[in-house]
Amino acid sequence: MVTPVPTARHLLRARDLADARYREPLDVATLARAAHVSPAHFTREFRRAFGETPHRYLLTRRLERAAALLRNTDRSVADICLSVGLTSVGSFTTSFGKLYGMSPTAYRAAHPPASNRARIPTCVLQAYARRH
Amino acid sequence: MLKQLTNVNVWVHDQDEALAFYTETLGFELRDDVTVAEMGNFRWLTVGLPGQDVALALLAVPGPPVFDDETRAAIDTLVAKGAAGGLFFSTDDVHKTYEELKSKGVEFSQEPTQQPYGIDAGFRDPSGNQMRVAQLSE
Repeated sequence: MVTPVPTARHLLRARDLADARYREPLDVATLARAAHVSPAHFTREFRRAFGETPHRYLLTRRLERAAALLRNTDRSVADICLSVGLTSVGSFTTSFGKLYGMSPTAYRAAHPPASNRARIPTCVLQAYARRH
Repeated sequence: MLKQLTNVNVWVHDQDEALAFYTETLGFELRDDVTVAEMGNFRWLTVGLPGQDVALALLAVPGPPVFDDETRAAIDTLVAKGAAGGLFFSTDDVHKTYEELKSKGVEFSQEPTQQPYGIDAGFRDPSGNQMRVAQLSE
């Protein structure tokens, strides 16, 4: 006997969409459609299932990804902000500070430079560092 | 001492749906499919990857007398929330695997992404179980 598909399965589909497409201009209404739940109920249902609002979930994913880009690349803060689906550098900096306790620039400075961590073949590095 | 891991229990919402997904979409082979009438139509359904002995037992969450209704519903919900564990696979070419599975309609939660250990991607089985597939670094 197969019971009806739990509502949570549809909500998980919305959460997966946030994970998969955070770079795009996703909003809560789009996530609600993926869950086949009316926008009015979606936020409440999502929060009951996963413990935070869909808006918060999506924002946290974007900030986590931004943090990884700050650690692992030398791209600018503005560039990173846009590439994780956020449009305002000002609100990105504010949200980032709330989650990580420091500005994106300070966060980057607190980690070893990306060039130390990237696996660039030594022969390539040496070739580019050659003096002439 | 223990000798081998033989079967791993994976809770699924619908065994027919799971069987089609694991065999037709993911390429598992059917190992056992036995329904025991005298045990409340319990269906022992296992699948495995060709060339690997260990099998997945794709089991429906049983109701009373094994689990009371509340427990059964709780497990069903956890599976649907993607909170009931997961399966980790390897592949030689994760981009190719991603394209193949994506074209078959598999729901991905993460496209192939470079990680310190290799490149991996995340997807779901129809029940909500987390699946990951990685192309590990040499």
